[in-house]
Amino acid sequence: MAEEGVLDVLEAEAIHVLREVAGAFRRPVLLYSIGKDSSVLLHLATKAFAPGRMPFPVLHVDTGWKFREMIAFRDDIAKRLRLDLRVHTNPEGATPFTHGAHEYTRIMKTVTLRRALDESGFDAAIGGARRDEERSRAKERIFSLREPGHRWEPRSQRPEFWRRANTELAEGQTMRVFPLSNWTELDIWRYIQRENIAVVPLYFAAPRPVVEREGSLIMVDDDRFPLEPGEQPQPRHVRFRTLGCYPLTAAVESKAENVEEVIDEMRLDRRSERAGRLIDGEGGTSMESKKSEGYF
Amino acid sequence: MVSVLRVVACGSVDDGKSTLIGRLLATSGGANEDELDYARRTRRGGSTIPAGMVDYSLLTDGLEAEHEQGITIDVAYRFLDLPSGRRVIIADAPGHEQYTRNMAVAASTADVAVLLVDATKGVREQTHRHLAICALMGVRSVIAVVNKLDGVNYDQKVFEKLASEVRSAAAGLEVAASVIPASALDGDNVVEPSPNLPWYDGQTLLDALATWELNNRPRGDGQAQSAARPRSDGGGYRLPVQYVIRADQFRGFAGTVVGGSVRAGSTVAVAASGVTSKIDRLLGPGGAALDRADPGTPVTVTLTDDVDVRRGDLLTTSDALDDGLAPATACSATLVWTAEEPLRHGRSYLMLVGSRIVPAVITSVRGRLDVVSGKQYAARTLDLNDIGTVELTTDSPVCLESYRDCRDTGSFLLVDRVSKETVAAGMVRHALRRGRNVVPHDYTVNRDARQRLKGQQAKVVWLTGLPSSGKSTIADALERRLHASGLHTYVLDGDNVRSRLNKDLGFTPQDRAENVRRVAEVSRVLLDAGLIVIVALVSPFRTDRAVAKGLFQPGDFAEVWVNTPIDVCTSRDTKGLYAKAKAGTLPNLTGVGQNYEPPEHPDLVIDGSGSLDEATERLCALLTG
Repeated sequence: MAEEGVLDVLEAEAIHVLREVAGAFRRPVLLYSIGKDSSVLLHLATKAFAPGRMPFPVLHVDTGWKFREMIAFRDDIAKRLRLDLRVHTNPEGATPFTHGAHEYTRIMKTVTLRRALDESGFDAAIGGARRDEERSRAKERIFSLREPGHRWEPRSQRPEFWRRANTELAEGQTMRVFPLSNWTELDIWRYIQRENIAVVPLYFAAPRPVVEREGSLIMVDDDRFPLEPGEQPQPRHVRFRTLGCYPLTAAVESKAENVEEVIDEMRLDRRSERAGRLIDGEGGTSMESKKSEGYF
Repeated sequence: MVSVLRVVACGSVDDGKSTLIGRLLATSGGANEDELDYARRTRRGGSTIPAGMVDYSLLTDGLEAEHEQGITIDVAYRFLDLPSGRRVIIADAPGHEQYTRNMAVAASTADVAVLLVDATKGVREQTHRHLAICALMGVRSVIAVVNKLDGVNYDQKVFEKLASEVRSAAAGLEVAASVIPASALDGDNVVEPSPNLPWYDGQTLLDALATWELNNRPRGDGQAQSAARPRSDGGGYRLPVQYVIRADQFRGFAGTVVGGSVRAGSTVAVAASGVTSKIDRLLGPGGAALDRADPGTPVTVTLTDDVDVRRGDLLTTSDALDDGLAPATACSATLVWTAEEPLRHGRSYLMLVGSRIVPAVITSVRGRLDVVSGKQYAARTLDLNDIGTVELTTDSPVCLESYRDCRDTGSFLLVDRVSKETVAAGMVRHALRRGRNVVPHDYTVNRDARQRLKGQQAKVVWLTGLPSSGKSTIADALERRLHASGLHTYVLDGDNVRSRLNKDLGFTPQDRAENVRRVAEVSRVLLDAGLIVIVALVSPFRTDRAVAKGLFQPGDFAEVWVNTPIDVCTSRDTKGLYAKAKAGTLPNLTGVGQNYEPPEHPDLVIDGSGSLDEATERLCALLTG
């Protein structure tokens, strides 16, 4: 057998984790955000159970403010992979403009996710979070325990010896599982390249209508976006490093129009990918506060 | 070449470990611009680093609590990309003594340890402790960094003395050591060689990480790309089955190869049953056909015969089964205790081994290990962060081998049956096969036959509650009633049992667990004899009662809570116990010095301050219902 590279080792680890989830939990679900990490996760889940089918449904929490291209991509992938896709949207219909980014995220993402998990009795939720995304995630477990109410308690996290997860749950507890924990952003792109995985075209540079708000380039994806008096979206050659709700996701100016060029660009640019997320906010710890509430 | 190298970083809080790792990260793509910027802007209380310079220690910090305390309190994983394409995963383990648990976690997946020694303080107890934990967890190679050499004027003599101390300590533990002089704060010898160390011509830390090869890699670990050490049994593979994949005309067994290499056409023995077959198709990720798969590769195999295999089974070779891997129901193991709640002798825990879950009981504690001296001391229990040697028995046979031979098939977790917390990580020393000659015999006259003869349905009624809550009185009334109607009964009363069978037991939580276990086992015998068994036992702990209940089939066991208000129990005080507890001469009385954990889902609740007739009536209804 040919010598293994970093991607083979990471792939093997992720597949091991996915199989463990499928075998150990009663009702697992894969959380799908339509982003590049989710695309890799779906691909790995397909590989882990071939020639059988992925033995769990796929859940998307749709805030109603995703890029239109994301939703089109999601529906296309679901059809092509014959996924058991469940979409949940909070009917409260909070918006980033009326509620502020934090409250909007809490209502439309955190609360909706918790509700969706509870309604279907999912006891394990597989997500695409990586340890290199943000400082506080460096300590996240691959199998991350949630107490009743989906609370994340740093003190009750289980020690992870070897690759042996304690998958047993007490009443009311659930598990979040992160098979991509040890992947970096560059690994994700190199794997997308190697395995020829489809991703949302928004990751590649193209002329898009944007406005500049507090130094961030925000794409105006539909006419719900409240423009300031006299403000006009300008076409700029941009792409996205992460995808989320369009009013809260900043674009970067870029010439990278395909996977190869994205990888080249990334080798030069040492900014963190979450820098483009307006909800993470200041300081090193706001992600952690959100996580304690049950945000992913 | 090793493409992914797993490193455990260990050292005391003040040895400069965060700074060392931060520097490695900053120069190897492990820290991005935002983080460097943060480390330039932010200063901790007491920091002496000039404004505008990077405080490298900030790059490795994560949780809010740590920023406040200025220390690292958990295991963090950090990634480096070396120019050769090698990925280094650093598990940053904390240096606090009370966090042995985290240190052991970080070491459990590591190929190599980076051990910090503070040149200004010398080799300390912590150094020995970290080395010993690494050795225990199977790390056989250490790169020691003698740090803060700037603090001793880069004195070669100081370095040589410390280096030789570290080498001899490592050698005593059969760990290979290389030693590097450095100053993490100034960057000497971390990434670049240093002009301050003209007398040193060895590797920098980064070089050492880049050139480390797997001759010392722990064997078996799924992360290993190839087998590292030859083994006595010729290197048979092990494939723990995680999941059975079913598709049209397809039934494959999925798992990650450990131990040796597996090939298409290899012979297969199912460890638990000994049934043999052959591998028909060997599939890699995505279902691609493989000729051979090495340790660490996730595979799916189909067999040439229709063999019963399920999650938790172990596929291996017949030779391996004949040798070290034969199923056993007892083993000797080293435990790292990871729970606040101490080890309970005789309590049943869940043992997670491979993808299997088996109930297991710790039958004896052989001793507690003082990792610094390497000496073992007599102990009856283990507390959080203790390491000790125990013997365990499992409910059904499991295939275990020595941890030294294989990290995967030689390791397990122990989990509390109720809280589901991980209470210990275990490393098998050796399987105990004395159980091999014990073969239960099936007798023709069985429980059914005995029940028929007596014309009754056997059952265990377990009365739990505070002392003086009325358990014995109720048991007596119930037995008289049943006896009068021609039924065959037996009462196991706490005090009566303690005066004979359990007279060696006291009232510590460990002894209470053993008390409950023995009473439950006796109840099981009496149930098999066809009797209605009435147990009157305080049995204050939920877990112990859950273990007792676990010995029985559903429907054979009824948990009854005699719920009498504590002031009623105190005023009754039939045995004068509450008076003694009040006087301070009886420290462990349940309800006073010892907590009582009420049942969460009892089959029946009886108010022991109410009518005895009504209580008897309801119990009879429970028995006939």
